[in-house]
Amino acid sequence: MNPYRRSPFIRISTVLVYIFLYAPILVLIIFAFNSSRTNVLFGGFITHFGPLSMNGSTVIQSPCGPFHWFCELAKNREVMGATKNTLTIAFISTISSTIIGTMAALALQRYNFKLKSLTQVSLYIPIVIPEIVMGIGILVLFSQVFTFLNGVFGITGDDRLGMGLQTVIVSHIAFSIPFVTLVVQARLQGFDKSIEEAAMDLGANELVTFWRVTFPTILPGILSGGLLAFTLSLDDFVITFFTTGPGATTLPIYVYGLLRRIITPQVNALSAVWVMIVFSIMLLMQKLENRAS
Amino acid sequence: MLKRLRENKAFQGTILAIPTLIFMVGLLIIPLILTAIISFGTRSPDGNVIYGFSLHNYARIFGISSECQNGKSICFDPLYMQILGRSLSLAFNTTVLVILMAYPLSYFIARSHPRRRNTFLFMVLVPLWTNFVIRVYAWMMLLRTQGVINGVIGWVAGLLGLHFVPLEMIYTPGAVLVGMIYEFLPFMILPIFTSLEKIETPLYEAAADLGANPFRTFLRVTLPLSMPGVVAGTILVFIPVMGTFIVSDLLGGKQVILVGNLIQRQFLDARDPTFGSAASLILMVMTLIVTYFYTRKFGFGEEIISA
Amino acid sequence: MSEFAVELQDVIKQFPTPEGGQVFAVNHVSMQIKNGEFFSMLGSSGCGKTTSLRMIAGFEWPTEGEVVIAGTPQGHTPPFKRPVNTVFQSYALFQHMTVFQNVAFGLEMDHVAKSEVNDRVGKSLDMVQLSGMGKRFPKQLSGGQQQRVALARAIVKTPKVLLLDEPLGALDLKLRKEMQLELKALQQRLGITFVYVTHDQEEALTMSDRIAVMSFGKVLQMGTPVEIYERPNCKFVADFIGTSNFLHGTVKSVENGKASVYIQELDAEVMGLVSGDISVGETAAVSIRPEKIRLSEQSAFNQNCFEGVVSSTTYIGSDTHVYVNVKGNRIKVWEQNKISSLDPKAYYSVGQKVWLTLFPENTLIMADK
Repeated sequence: MNPYRRSPFIRISTVLVYIFLYAPILVLIIFAFNSSRTNVLFGGFITHFGPLSMNGSTVIQSPCGPFHWFCELAKNREVMGATKNTLTIAFISTISSTIIGTMAALALQRYNFKLKSLTQVSLYIPIVIPEIVMGIGILVLFSQVFTFLNGVFGITGDDRLGMGLQTVIVSHIAFSIPFVTLVVQARLQGFDKSIEEAAMDLGANELVTFWRVTFPTILPGILSGGLLAFTLSLDDFVITFFTTGPGATTLPIYVYGLLRRIITPQVNALSAVWVMIVFSIMLLMQKLENRAS
Repeated sequence: MLKRLRENKAFQGTILAIPTLIFMVGLLIIPLILTAIISFGTRSPDGNVIYGFSLHNYARIFGISSECQNGKSICFDPLYMQILGRSLSLAFNTTVLVILMAYPLSYFIARSHPRRRNTFLFMVLVPLWTNFVIRVYAWMMLLRTQGVINGVIGWVAGLLGLHFVPLEMIYTPGAVLVGMIYEFLPFMILPIFTSLEKIETPLYEAAADLGANPFRTFLRVTLPLSMPGVVAGTILVFIPVMGTFIVSDLLGGKQVILVGNLIQRQFLDARDPTFGSAASLILMVMTLIVTYFYTRKFGFGEEIISA
Repeated sequence: MSEFAVELQDVIKQFPTPEGGQVFAVNHVSMQIKNGEFFSMLGSSGCGKTTSLRMIAGFEWPTEGEVVIAGTPQGHTPPFKRPVNTVFQSYALFQHMTVFQNVAFGLEMDHVAKSEVNDRVGKSLDMVQLSGMGKRFPKQLSGGQQQRVALARAIVKTPKVLLLDEPLGALDLKLRKEMQLELKALQQRLGITFVYVTHDQEEALTMSDRIAVMSFGKVLQMGTPVEIYERPNCKFVADFIGTSNFLHGTVKSVENGKASVYIQELDAEVMGLVSGDISVGETAAVSIRPEKIRLSEQSAFNQNCFEGVVSSTTYIGSDTHVYVNVKGNRIKVWEQNKISSLDPKAYYSVGQKVWLTLFPENTLIMADK
């Protein structure tokens, strides 16, 4: 009996589901090279450099040739600002949540302490409640706290405390921690504690043992936890939506705002870039995974 | 001092867990409590919160209205109950359809050669990590009245010399359903795959050896053993569908309003945070109840982590 | 300097159970391990041997009692401050370091100069026959080679005491036998005290100068391999080390190191050497090794001689194992095949009537526990 035998029904459904998954993304990318400005229908690929006639009427300059919309994107200040915000938030929240989450994973996996069950339960809450509930909660907290502080200290006008980059970063750290913890904890489960004992036996104290033996051994787990946190932060819409403020627009928020008003091939170009970046990060993750096992 | 620290394991554990606890308590537990407190308050004319204890927000959601026509002081307004019902049935439909689509694919991957398994899984993950908003946008492009699907059909119709009136697909409940399925399908594939992968080949061989045909093997062996994956996937799909507002916002427009949209509008447009908090809490309680009964029946496996 | 490399002084180790109780892993254990000795702790899993070893290493601290290493009470000294090194059952090699880096790790911790590190690691690898393997990673080595790296890593620091926790457990039989001899030779060459934990009695007998037989957290007997095998002090030890036949009865007399036990089933008194604490009137076990029983076709002595019927035989090459039924007691006898013969009549056969002689000097009387 062939263990890899799969019925035609299974094969056909699989192909159909993969088409369902990929067709929209492909359409998205193809339209990033559309020669039609309105993006209603595909007007053919942009094939040449220089002046470009669109729909036979409008003439625009396209020094970038097929990558016209990508150049437009690069020139778009709002997009660049949002990109900068997105990356700033992702980097800071990833580094913080990876450190904090790894610490928690170590605590949960290796120690017994009074607050252990509270920690464990609280880490599961973000998984079993809708994201919007958490987002609303944080929004309520911040707005109440800021209102209170502004009132108490009599802060008025532009100096008033409010939502911004900081609130988004703090919230991203909060929702990333559980995921980092889960990933690192899973790695720690297979950890052979005797290598730590061996290090101590050979004369390394607790700190040296951690940095020379424990840390290098669980590093692949920490890195994949960190990459997960990074992608979660890049991808996040809901929490950011409720905790962002003036000047702290991220790419998903910007795109959402744009889509409610107009549709432009610039969004397609942005999507294409996004897909490529995500694809590269995931390849990297895959490599790490393979190296770890 | 160092000796104390070295010997006090509980203290070391607490120190390591403290930063996480600060974030979890400060940005999860306290906000939830605050949401609960505010939901019992009332809205001041300028959109702020007046603390107090009033059940009127909850009454409003359950349809008890004081703004009645024909002079009654109290009457039933099903608006919000309809929204809750719509959200629940959409989440249910999405989950069922997603299971039906995810199962064969997961089975295919689990039963493929180990060397190709990672590639097939990778192919599931790429759409998953392509941004949520971008994925909705892809469907906007496809479903719009002047979108790709209508364009393709129109082009074919043109070739055949037929008259074609573009289909109205976007801003319908169907569009929202398709969008939801597309968004959350990978969350079902991964856990089902994880539980199917654990079933070892000899088990299928044993079933065949004992005289079960492929269909019976599936019903009696494969399906029961993969239930933990289906359960985990259901939780990972059902809960976010209940709370998502972008999909319905962009693909449903004003036609399809879900709990998520309701809550979001209270905080941004209508500016009634007290009512929004009450709705948010009801949403949370609803998902917790569903999760509780569902996991109590089927268990809560490690499959949930796989995704 | 103390005469003893390691002393356990009335050590107790308790662990909490999941139910909230306490369990004794080690229960009032005292041991004195001499300098330069190959000392084994032998027992089945859960007997406390590994916990005792871990207390010497410093991975666990005694609940009560004291561990003394080279005359210094250790108290709560952490492992990295103790002059002992350990070879782990799982080898516990650092997978992210090369063989060289693994072996050099301990010296690095002691801030040994680089040239000396190179020198000592090289010598240590030579000693375990891994010269030239320094640049490999543990994953690229066979199980036996990994075991040698673990050994090199522990001996490179020239510890006062080397602790070995079932180091050969994961190797196949042939390699195991080889390594047993090699370890013994290494110990003699280095002159280091070895404390060896094993559940394999043959391994313990082969290598050790002295053995402590442990069970349920207690030391039952401590002595040389000959003492342990030839004069077990209780039924458990006699049963655990090698094979023994047991008869049970009441002690009738004890005199000059000899005793007499009345065995009801045989309706006879058996004479033997006293081995362990017994007193008149108590129940005692009579133990005799299968190779020490004389089998004959006629009665030879009146004392300690019993008639029986052969119930089964197993030919195993060097010996024939003969099982004799003596009034319902099944007695094992190992007959050496001293004569080369193809004739089935040269061997005992089933149903044959035979006489067993339990020579008093080969028969041991001991506590029935």
